[in-house]
Amino acid sequence: MNKQTTLYLRTAIAWFFALLLFFPIFWLGLMAFKTEQQAISTPPLFFFTPTLQSFHEVMARDNYVGYAINSLITSVVSTAIGLAIAIPAAYSMAFFPTRGTVGLLKFILSSRYMPGVGALMPIYICFQYFGMLDTRAGLTLMFMLMNLPIMIWLLYTNLRELPREILEASRMDGATVVDEFRHIVLPLAVGGIASTALVCMVWAWNESFWSLNLGAANAGTLAWLIASYSSPEGLFWAKLSAASLMAIAPIMALGWFCQKQLVQGMTFGAVK
Amino acid sequence: MAYLQLSNIEKYFGDHHAIKGVDLQIEKGEFVVFVGPSGCGKSTLLRMIAGLEVIDKGSLQLDKRDITALPSSKRDLAMVFQSYALYPHMTVFENMSFALKLAGVDRAVIREKVDKAAAILDLAKYLERTPKELSGGQRQRVAIGRAIVRDPKVFLFDEPLSNLDAALRVQTRIEIAKLHRDLGATSIYVTHDQVEAMTLADRVVVLRDGQIEQHGAPLELYDRPANRFVAQFIGTPSMNVVPASTLPQLAALAGAAAHADGYVGIRPEHVHLAAAGEDGLTATVELVESLGVETLVYARLENNAQIVVRGSERSDLQPGDRTKLCFDRSRVHHFDRFGKTYAADAGKVKQ
Repeated sequence: MNKQTTLYLRTAIAWFFALLLFFPIFWLGLMAFKTEQQAISTPPLFFFTPTLQSFHEVMARDNYVGYAINSLITSVVSTAIGLAIAIPAAYSMAFFPTRGTVGLLKFILSSRYMPGVGALMPIYICFQYFGMLDTRAGLTLMFMLMNLPIMIWLLYTNLRELPREILEASRMDGATVVDEFRHIVLPLAVGGIASTALVCMVWAWNESFWSLNLGAANAGTLAWLIASYSSPEGLFWAKLSAASLMAIAPIMALGWFCQKQLVQGMTFGAVK
Repeated sequence: MAYLQLSNIEKYFGDHHAIKGVDLQIEKGEFVVFVGPSGCGKSTLLRMIAGLEVIDKGSLQLDKRDITALPSSKRDLAMVFQSYALYPHMTVFENMSFALKLAGVDRAVIREKVDKAAAILDLAKYLERTPKELSGGQRQRVAIGRAIVRDPKVFLFDEPLSNLDAALRVQTRIEIAKLHRDLGATSIYVTHDQVEAMTLADRVVVLRDGQIEQHGAPLELYDRPANRFVAQFIGTPSMNVVPASTLPQLAALAGAAAHADGYVGIRPEHVHLAAAGEDGLTATVELVESLGVETLVYARLENNAQIVVRGSERSDLQPGDRTKLCFDRSRVHHFDRFGKTYAADAGKVKQ
């Protein structure tokens, strides 16, 4: 096979998978602009007059803005608190490892192996006891705890990539731990920190298990709103799609604008 | 008390005893070079002085102050790293001024000091560039400049030239020597390159297995090595050392003290090919290296001992040719079976 053919083939395969991944979102977008009748017609309609009817109905039926604010607050605050804990943790493990560091890292990750439902009961009871059910603070705490292990791991691997000698040079230059962190580690690891933050924010935004179980009308996030469309009254595909599209749009936009940051975060270790 | 005093310093990495009790005194203004084979602990010792490795036992004193347990940032030492270790997100100016900025030095003073160092190192044009826009040699000069502006008590160099190409290495070596002459700063320099050691050092410290084998002025080490290891480590090509029994003529020179189980050594430049009519030991030529300024002849004696001969004259010998070797009897070194130089030798007149 010559070079040209390989290139075409590779491009074709890449496009195939890209379209495969994009298809559900495309379908969602299509459904959101149909009427309920069009949405359930077989064969599916590709050409129709788009309508904003479903969006209007979602806005009228539910307090979209309220749920969106819940999503925004819980995802942003949980990520911020998570970073405040994970950065120093990853920093100390990356640059001042002890005998226990590797074991501790594995233990931290192991908490992610357990299915969330396994901890639901005790957590629910704790939340009930402390009056945190259906509060933003409660969900924020939950999202933070849920993402913390991965945050530590992502940051740990990211910080490990920083050339050790650069940090040593700063110590020789008289930098204290705080100086070193502020002037050297932070500027060099900002890409990695930003991509970690972004990923965790997306996860918190999209999280549904804890949101559904610990939240309700007060603190419920957009995930809770979407789920409420699959109700005993039956499925309303067009409205469900419209609500979903509105739920994922902000986070998709964020991801789109931060593409460069994400790529930088993943390749920053290459700077030597 | 010396300016920098290492007293019985030890280091363990787990069960590995990396530094086994080092005592060393370094005077103010001295240029000391640590040499030794890979893994001898020379870099570890330097890093312990820098505060980048913990000193497990012993004490370290600088300018009458105990700094054994002080963090690097409080020791007032500057280090030049092999990898340059420049701050990639800062310009050359910011790199060089970082320490002063942390120390809260006035901005005008910083500007002045950096400009001065940049002028010395020919970096004035590059102050606004970032490290990745510089060549290797320029980066290393920035690393040196970063150390200079701080005016530290001691400069530490950790194999600073080994990432540079050969031509640049020689040039930078000369610059470092000049800098030391001009600034008179106390320096400790780690290298595995003995040419760097010989040319830069006031005093060379030869390390092996975490211990000091010998320290002294470069030529002293060259002329009067304390043992076989130092004798063979200093000098290229290294000293010919063969069992005494293979060269009884030379071994006998040590007199009654000579043990049959000892070794004799002679540097390649103290062996020459016999001139016509001159008597010598018969040998077979194995390899001839013509380096222009000198010629190295690798020959094997009839008793199978290999001897390297260094001469300034060109040679048309070919591998397989037979020749005769003559030894300068006044330049023979004698070692006992443990490799230690005979006491009789130690007092030999330096020539």
